[in-house]
Amino acid sequence: MGIVFKYGENVDTDVIIPARHLSTSVPAELAKHCMEDIDAEFVNQVKEGDIIVAGKNFGCGSSREHAPIAIKAAGVSCVIAPTFARIFYRNSFNTGLPILECEEAAVKIQAGDEVEVNFKTGEIRNTTKGETYQAEPFPEFISKIIACDGLVNYVKNNL
Amino acid sequence: MGMTMTQKILAAHAGLKTVKAGQFIEAELDIVLANDITGPVAIKEFQKMGAESVFDKNKVVLVPDHFTPNKDIKAAEQCKMMREFAVDQKIENYFEVGEMGIEHALLPEKGIVVAGDAVIGADSHTCTYGALGAFATGIGSTDMAAGMARGKAWFKVPSAIKFELIGKPTKWVSGKDVILHIIGMIGVDGALYQSMEFMGPGLKNLSMDDRFTMANMAIEAGAKNGIFLVDDKTMEYMKEHKNKNKAFKKKMKVYEPDKDAVYVETYVIDLSKIRPTVAFPHLPENTRTIDDVGEIRIDQVVIGSCTNGRMEDMKVTAKILKGKKVAKNMRLIIFPGTQNIYLECVKNGYAEIFVKAGAVFSTPTCGPCLGGHMGILAAGERAVATTNRNFVGRMGHVESEIYLASPAVAAASAIAGKIFNPEDL
Ligand code: SF4
Repeated sequence: MGIVFKYGENVDTDVIIPARHLSTSVPAELAKHCMEDIDAEFVNQVKEGDIIVAGKNFGCGSSREHAPIAIKAAGVSCVIAPTFARIFYRNSFNTGLPILECEEAAVKIQAGDEVEVNFKTGEIRNTTKGETYQAEPFPEFISKIIACDGLVNYVKNNL
Repeated sequence: MGMTMTQKILAAHAGLKTVKAGQFIEAELDIVLANDITGPVAIKEFQKMGAESVFDKNKVVLVPDHFTPNKDIKAAEQCKMMREFAVDQKIENYFEVGEMGIEHALLPEKGIVVAGDAVIGADSHTCTYGALGAFATGIGSTDMAAGMARGKAWFKVPSAIKFELIGKPTKWVSGKDVILHIIGMIGVDGALYQSMEFMGPGLKNLSMDDRFTMANMAIEAGAKNGIFLVDDKTMEYMKEHKNKNKAFKKKMKVYEPDKDAVYVETYVIDLSKIRPTVAFPHLPENTRTIDDVGEIRIDQVVIGSCTNGRMEDMKVTAKILKGKKVAKNMRLIIFPGTQNIYLECVKNGYAEIFVKAGAVFSTPTCGPCLGGHMGILAAGERAVATTNRNFVGRMGHVESEIYLASPAVAAASAIAGKIFNPEDL
């Protein structure tokens, strides 16, 4: 269960974590600057378990894994959007940040709503509005990586 | 069912006869690349994976280019870590500042990537090598770590959009204008999860440098990769840029799409109709032709990067700047792609033209392109840049603005003090 922070379309990795902060790769350090270029208040307000809901093409731009790492380290439990930029999509699973593609949820959920997500079924429940949305379930191959808790362990098992 | 060029390369690297869009595969990799930002993260993940040595010391490439020459202590620490890893793992293709270049300008120049290769790089503009007829795509540090450990990566086979090029660009129109035009047309997610495949009779009218610029920005349309059909120009380029290291033998292979290859969409692009194009803040898709730009005063011009820091870019810049001066209170920063290009600029007099015009001529570095160092913007400042991204805060303050353009438009703008059409000089 988490409170929703809502953003528009094409949220890019330069606003998720600006390059000027990339001379470190420590998650807690990165988390301090998460989203600061579009929402300076985000880091002060976000609480463990909160959820980001955004428009299409979330995470476009650079390949920096610092982006999903910063979001996860800030306490966010899930990102929901109609589509994700492809590198961000890979990086999220590889680093253990759950993301879900769901157009309906992205449209209907509003900032401040309370939302609950079932990752097994892809079901998204909006308890504020009393609505339920269905996200695409994860492809089988990605489920395998998730089952290993990310790519690091997947490789460890397959080396 | 026929396969696209990308699908053929992926099938070959996965040891499969055929693949189809949407299929998950594991492909063997020819090159695995990282830089000083993504490399250190990848090295840590590599160690966590329990890997001891890289799958092939000739196939891992490490280029410190983003915050180099080291911009601060933290950057120095990151570069040091990468350097120690390179020495420890005996990685041949590690390039120290004096021999480096911006990775995507450097690798083709050194003959490290050739046609038919499958390449992953922990940098989104890895797609640049598609200009050579290779499959190349950006990934994150964890994928990079897995690639270094196993020489393999997982992919979802992409569907593709075909760009049939016809006609010949006019004098001041370059690959940058063509790709900005295309991104303006299809949007920043117009090719999401897909390949952009470029072919057609107009191809012969685009130089290799034009093609590198276009493939470079495929990611700016959300694409997994951009790829060009191999022709005489590609072959000539690869011959000229053969890798000199004997231990590092490269074999190129030319792939062509099947006659019945399935493309989700086909666009015919008439190169002769394309005008010099500018992308307005804050997305590469906000394009306007130079005729619709209006009066936009600027404070800084940046010419260079992995998009437009190659020899032709330097040449057109020198041509426009020769005997001229940049506008009063204008900062012009020129940063070539590699040490080789830098040296050529010195030898053939471009460096002198740049400095006499009042420009800063920098060592190769990503520096200003990502707002790292060497040309950060203050609040309210506007820049014309030949780079690839004009996102909020990309080059500095969140209230600064970036206009993306070709080197010709950028150089003309530096002289005029506002966004300017090179045709009107
Ligand atoms: S020049 Fe810019 S876009 Fe290219 S690799 Fe460097 S930071 Fe990235």
